[in-house]
Amino acid sequence: MTLSAQSLWLIPALPLLAAAIGAISARKNRSIAAGSAILAMSISFVLSCLALNGALLAPANHAFFNFDWFDLGATTVRLGFLLDPLTAFMCVMVTFVGTLIFIFSLGYMKEDANFKQFFCFLSFFAAAMLGLLIANSLLLLFICWELVGLASYLLIGFWFHKPSAAAAAKKAFITTRIGDLGLLLGILWLYDSSGSLLFYDGGHGVLELATLTSLSGQTLACGLAASTAIGLLIFCGAVGKSGQFPLHVWLPDAMEGPTPVSALIHAATMVAAGVFLVARVYPLMSADALLAAVPVHALTVVAFIGAITALMGALIACAQNDIKRVLAFSTVSQLGYMMLALGVGSWTAAIFHLLTHAFFKALLFLGAGSVIHAAHHEQDIRSLGGLRTKMKVTFANFAIGMMALSGVPFLFSGFWSKEAILHAAHGWNVSSLPLYAGLAAVVLTAFYMTRLIAETFFGKARSEHAEHAHENSAVMTLPLVILAVCAMALSFLAWPSPWLQHQLDPELQIETSGHGLMILSIILVGAGLSLGWWIYGRKLRQTVQQRDPLNHAAPAVMAALANRLGFDELYAGTVGRVNTLTAAFANALDRWVIGGLVNFLAHLGVFSGGVNRQIDEDNLNGGFDRVSASIRGSGQRYSKAQTGEAHGYLRVIAIAFIVLALALVMGGVR
Amino acid sequence: MSPLHLCLLISTGLFCIGLAGALARSNTILVLLGIELMLNAANINFIAFWRFGPSPVAGNGMIFVLFAIAVAAAEAAVGLALIIAVYRHQKNIRLQDSTTLKG
Amino acid sequence: MIPALFLIALLMLGSAAAAMLLRNLIHSALLLIVSWAGVAAFYLWAGAEFVAFAQILVYVGAISMVVLFAVLLTRQNQIIDTVIEPASRARAATAFTVAACVAAVFSAAILSTKFHPAAPEAPTASVKEIGLTLMNEHGGALLIVGLILTVALLGATILAATDRDEDQSQPSDAALPPKETP
Repeated sequence: MTLSAQSLWLIPALPLLAAAIGAISARKNRSIAAGSAILAMSISFVLSCLALNGALLAPANHAFFNFDWFDLGATTVRLGFLLDPLTAFMCVMVTFVGTLIFIFSLGYMKEDANFKQFFCFLSFFAAAMLGLLIANSLLLLFICWELVGLASYLLIGFWFHKPSAAAAAKKAFITTRIGDLGLLLGILWLYDSSGSLLFYDGGHGVLELATLTSLSGQTLACGLAASTAIGLLIFCGAVGKSGQFPLHVWLPDAMEGPTPVSALIHAATMVAAGVFLVARVYPLMSADALLAAVPVHALTVVAFIGAITALMGALIACAQNDIKRVLAFSTVSQLGYMMLALGVGSWTAAIFHLLTHAFFKALLFLGAGSVIHAAHHEQDIRSLGGLRTKMKVTFANFAIGMMALSGVPFLFSGFWSKEAILHAAHGWNVSSLPLYAGLAAVVLTAFYMTRLIAETFFGKARSEHAEHAHENSAVMTLPLVILAVCAMALSFLAWPSPWLQHQLDPELQIETSGHGLMILSIILVGAGLSLGWWIYGRKLRQTVQQRDPLNHAAPAVMAALANRLGFDELYAGTVGRVNTLTAAFANALDRWVIGGLVNFLAHLGVFSGGVNRQIDEDNLNGGFDRVSASIRGSGQRYSKAQTGEAHGYLRVIAIAFIVLALALVMGGVR
Repeated sequence: MSPLHLCLLISTGLFCIGLAGALARSNTILVLLGIELMLNAANINFIAFWRFGPSPVAGNGMIFVLFAIAVAAAEAAVGLALIIAVYRHQKNIRLQDSTTLKG
Repeated sequence: MIPALFLIALLMLGSAAAAMLLRNLIHSALLLIVSWAGVAAFYLWAGAEFVAFAQILVYVGAISMVVLFAVLLTRQNQIIDTVIEPASRARAATAFTVAACVAAVFSAAILSTKFHPAAPEAPTASVKEIGLTLMNEHGGALLIVGLILTVALLGATILAATDRDEDQSQPSDAALPPKETP
């Protein structure tokens, strides 16, 4: 059984329906909202599997279904759905991980007063995300892109009574908006130069050869090809959404939302939207690859941004103390990996890492959520500890997630996808800096994850909350187990043969650069793990106040990292300051220049009024007094009819209308 | 019955719902919204005649409605501002209580 | 075509009637937004896309926000006024009578009129044509509407803005004891 491109809309429509049901159901009616959300998501998962089945029958084929949305005079705006392996794999991932996270939320949000709303927002988010995945038009993609942003805003600020959550929601929304402006400009430019926004349209789409040739053929004043400039603008949107340097600042703050939200949106799916977008428009991004004359290729920028992000995220993660923030910076770092893979020309490796990362990062976040729930919302790893014996299931699953993320060889899917990326970076002939950044991040990833595990689960409990923690119910642990199994089982996508990458792009040639690189990365992972254990595992933390060993060794560096390299302060000092100054200037202009003019006019008015009054009082008053006295007398008589009740006046008007209409008909005046 | 008749009857319905609301409700905001509904009913008439009637100049009905919507927007803004001002003065927005201007 | 019209009418009239009947102000406001959206759907049905978009922008987008703000700003301790006074019952009764009479007059007038047979083809008006008409033939009117909007919005801002002088002058009102404002 397969699902055709025409009926692809069913996949996002079901969660949307669930969101609507959740929105109109009564606040107390928890089971309807949650039940419909989970049911809709599971059906969407089945549909996605059918779609995947169909897509795999013809992997090279981009099945699309376009339709007219509305027409404005001569131009018709068209939207469409697209079914190819990329879309289908992503849909399966989002619906599968989504369903598990929905189930987990049943337990995690059990005591929340706004339980129903939470599921409504979650379904809405899922609908928007799935709509983004199936879009065959940059316009439909952009609409869903913004809806995803809105859902993210609502969910980060879900506990809006906490000022930090409200601020984080605002920050996430505004920061991503900066990137979205670039995306919008790119879309407008693309539409202006190609006249279409459909990806595939039987030869006329923007990702098809004719348009790409004409776009890469146009050269701008600065020497860039038009396709490069458009590609970079679209990449801006991806930078904002996927938390890439320099717009990564919102992602760690987004951890203020409930943990299932962090797992679903800020680890598994939404932040992957940026990577998906670049992979989707990959033909456009790479259209300039064959031009030798241009100063910079779009993908080179992508590769370097990705490399910087991967390294920076991993560095900062080493110095964070909040369990969710460590994972957040690890997400930033892993997204950097994906961008790196896209930049060095292997979008299939990027999608492969995206899929495996979605599973193990969701696993890690849900594990963290399980810990937080058990420890009564204690998130500081210095105050946790000793949970290994108290929460055996959570510990085992978290450890699997940690090993997948660190890239422990062979058994774990993360290893294979990271290998694919490193191989691609190795094969890139422009620069080898991204490869080095990637290798350094491998060590750091293994290091900070070891630190996280050692501090959270080993040693003794260092606070009362951690002391009394106990394992959660099956509704929370079962999704963990399923995700853990997936985190290991997804290895089959790459081993024994790179099946997934061939399905995504049948013409792909994967050049194997021998086993040297693989051995090197295994050694690096081992080094990271043992370094982490050597520093944090040998002498376990005894008290909350005890200083971090690394902090002891290099306090300045660690302080800078703990402060996230000061990006927030930098932005507050530059962008914020400019904004304040502009506002002050506008205020001064308003107050002194425009206000002065108005004041002058007012004084002029007062002066002429004074002159007028003199004339009035001296010459005219006597006669008018007598006239007005008689008017006042008659006015008093008529004022009885003025009850002051507006209803009465309106009623009189309506009755008068009826009477007039009847009089016209009766009188025969027609 | 032609589509034009149907459209006009629908707009009559909307107009009278608005009228009944404006006459019956004591909350000033709802009275104002009733009046908005009546305006919308008038707009529906314009569009109905534009679509189904003999239209010598194409687009005239639409232009009418566009202007009507613009003026309605101004009306709503001023009306609601007035309501807020009244609320600040008399601490409620019951229309029958604002009778200060009676004779 | 005609069934769609009935659906739209049902949406529009049903939500409008419910809005006017409900006692919860917020529900009324939200239902009115639905009703305005129904009017926009009617415009789309009639082929006036541009007007439909204007309707959505102005009513569903802007006026609804202003209304919701007004509702929230003027909210008293309870949104639902539980006490139904006899006076308001009487007013409701007369209101329905008057509205029914108006409806009867209108319907009679409509049903007794024979219009020209319906235009076979929908008149088309592209955005370009509308823009040209607005800017050429109705340019003056457009300017005036712009002026009205500006003045109205300025006036609304001034009306709704807190008047500092008013607050200060209240205690000096000799006849009344100074009110305690929360």
